[in-house]
Amino acid sequence: MKVTIDNLSKKFGDVVGVENLTLHIDDGEFVAFLGPSGCGKTTTLLTLAGIYKPTDGTITFGERVVNQVQPKDRNIGMVFQSYALYPHMTVFQNIAYPLKLKKVSKADQHDRVRQVANVMGIGNLLDRRPGQLSGGQQQRVALGRALVKEPDILLFDEPLSNLDARLRLTMRGEIKHLQKNLGITSIYVTHDQVEAMTMADRIAVMSGGRLQAFDSPDELYNRPKTQFVAGFVGNPPMNFVTVEVAQANGRYVAQAESLRLELGAERGEPAARSAGAVVLGMRPEDIQISDEGDVAGEIFIVEPLGREDLIDVRVGPHSFIVLANTETQYRSGDPVKLKFDTGQVQFFDPATESSLLWQQ
Amino acid sequence: MSQRLDKREARSRSNALRAHLSAYGFLAPAGILVLIFFMIPVAIILYLSVTNLASSNFTSDLTKMEFIGLKNYRTLLNDQFARKIFFNTIFYVLFTLSIFNVSLALIVSLLTTHIDRGAGFVFRALWILPRITSPVVYILIWKRMMAEAPFGIINQFNNWMGLPTYNYIATNPWVFVVVVNGFIGLSFGMIIFTSAIESIPKDLLNASLVDGSSKLQRIRYVIMPLIRWPLLFVFTYQTLSLLTSFVEIQLLTDGGPGLYRTEVWSLTAYHRALSNYFGNAQWGYGSAFAVLLVLIGVVLAVIYMRVFRFDELVAEPRVETL
Repeated sequence: MKVTIDNLSKKFGDVVGVENLTLHIDDGEFVAFLGPSGCGKTTTLLTLAGIYKPTDGTITFGERVVNQVQPKDRNIGMVFQSYALYPHMTVFQNIAYPLKLKKVSKADQHDRVRQVANVMGIGNLLDRRPGQLSGGQQQRVALGRALVKEPDILLFDEPLSNLDARLRLTMRGEIKHLQKNLGITSIYVTHDQVEAMTMADRIAVMSGGRLQAFDSPDELYNRPKTQFVAGFVGNPPMNFVTVEVAQANGRYVAQAESLRLELGAERGEPAARSAGAVVLGMRPEDIQISDEGDVAGEIFIVEPLGREDLIDVRVGPHSFIVLANTETQYRSGDPVKLKFDTGQVQFFDPATESSLLWQQ
Repeated sequence: MSQRLDKREARSRSNALRAHLSAYGFLAPAGILVLIFFMIPVAIILYLSVTNLASSNFTSDLTKMEFIGLKNYRTLLNDQFARKIFFNTIFYVLFTLSIFNVSLALIVSLLTTHIDRGAGFVFRALWILPRITSPVVYILIWKRMMAEAPFGIINQFNNWMGLPTYNYIATNPWVFVVVVNGFIGLSFGMIIFTSAIESIPKDLLNASLVDGSSKLQRIRYVIMPLIRWPLLFVFTYQTLSLLTSFVEIQLLTDGGPGLYRTEVWSLTAYHRALSNYFGNAQWGYGSAFAVLLVLIGVVLAVIYMRVFRFDELVAEPRVETL
């Protein structure tokens, strides 16, 4: 089902939950709401669920405006971070609860609960109570309960945050697989950008109650339209330096204290057009420690990650996080040279924080 | 080697003893209070109930009191009014408990937790007023409201509007005994139920709505089962406290009007022992009433604990495993 959020605002007294949010979500699409805590993503989700009523704007499911529709009449399934299983009911009763409320016959309830439980791999746990299950099992029950009534829309509120790292990885794959198979429009709230990047068709990046960007993971990563998005998406985060870009003899140069980078015309030209300082962004994987490099620096600290090392290189007053393979044993204090892949450089206006390369 | 072990054992034992001692030390003040103000009075009451101590043969010397065995209890069982008072007590406890202390308390807490938080708080604060008002003042307010014409406030209104006047409390003493006590008793359950409802995780309540329940269905299928323990606790605790409460009845009707119309068991114990109308305080006989009341209370408590399986309801918390 198509979901249209138009100019949505939700305020709690003077506190702004979300402001002027406009999003069009296609049928069957998997959309992630990504942002730091307090950015309004959960508020938006609960407004979609009907727990909160919008202060302003409209929410449309398909062709139906649902602003004043009760949660029970929205046909949505929701999975919570805390699982929110009813502790006094067995697994069977938990999953059957939405069906019981829909007055589905006992026999049908039985069949449908069994079917969903088998898909979720919890068919053998139906007589247990939530308190007797592990976190992963509880999450499957919660997912089963959301799916059993064949919802038009699935809402996920940080469903994997309470699981341990390994289980999170498995469940991530399972949820994505399930969503693609069932084709149910899904909205997934998370503060974990890896989850958002790996699972979602499109990501809505939010901050301070406002939408920062709504794009595919690829677009967000390679063509971030604001500095916030550039810094928030990607791990380790993008390096930022304030530079001045000038054109001389048909060549573009970005310059700051101890730093001088030659740029291609494609990215240098829009940056040079803006008078004064601009913010240069560079992802860690686009900087290499290499003898062919033309920027001299000193290693400040090395953080081994196993597959690669995260190296903090100081260039004058600036600090750059660089990814390097583990073969070369660097130590703090070693002098090194950095090679910047200036084809991947990003530029942002320091005042508006919007990109100088990509239009909003 | 073994000597050293012995020494270590001795030291650990003395450490354990010291740890126990400090634990007992911390328990001591409360323990002494319970002993002085509960255990000893109970023992004295038990003893008084097998003596014939009264105004006529009063002595404060326990050794000089006349031991008469179970005579007081035999008298009590043959007392022509004991039966009426016993059923009065059951009527009073049952009606006050079921209508006010449990049902209305539950309804008030459900209503005040389903409206705006601030408004809910104001309503609950109003409902607590009867409990925090001194009983004498509280009962005086009721009596002033309901008194006969021309003094009663309601009867004044009746007069102005040309309606007949009533002596409300005298004509419906039981209604007022139950309502007046119920208004006080309600707040206890209300506080317990409200905090139980508010402590249900928000996610669970939201989940139920998303799963397709109306708010009424959510109360029935999610909230009620989750506050089962507080419900049983209030039911049990309030039965026992109603059994022993008599101050409000004493001030309102003093067991009347007429002979023992609203007299309850604990009030009888008080009347017999401390405030007999014939000027003859029968401490021994009154104590027998009190002892029987304690027995009834203990038996009820044990039955409740068995029937409601309290030990199972307070399960040990489980450590979350992933």
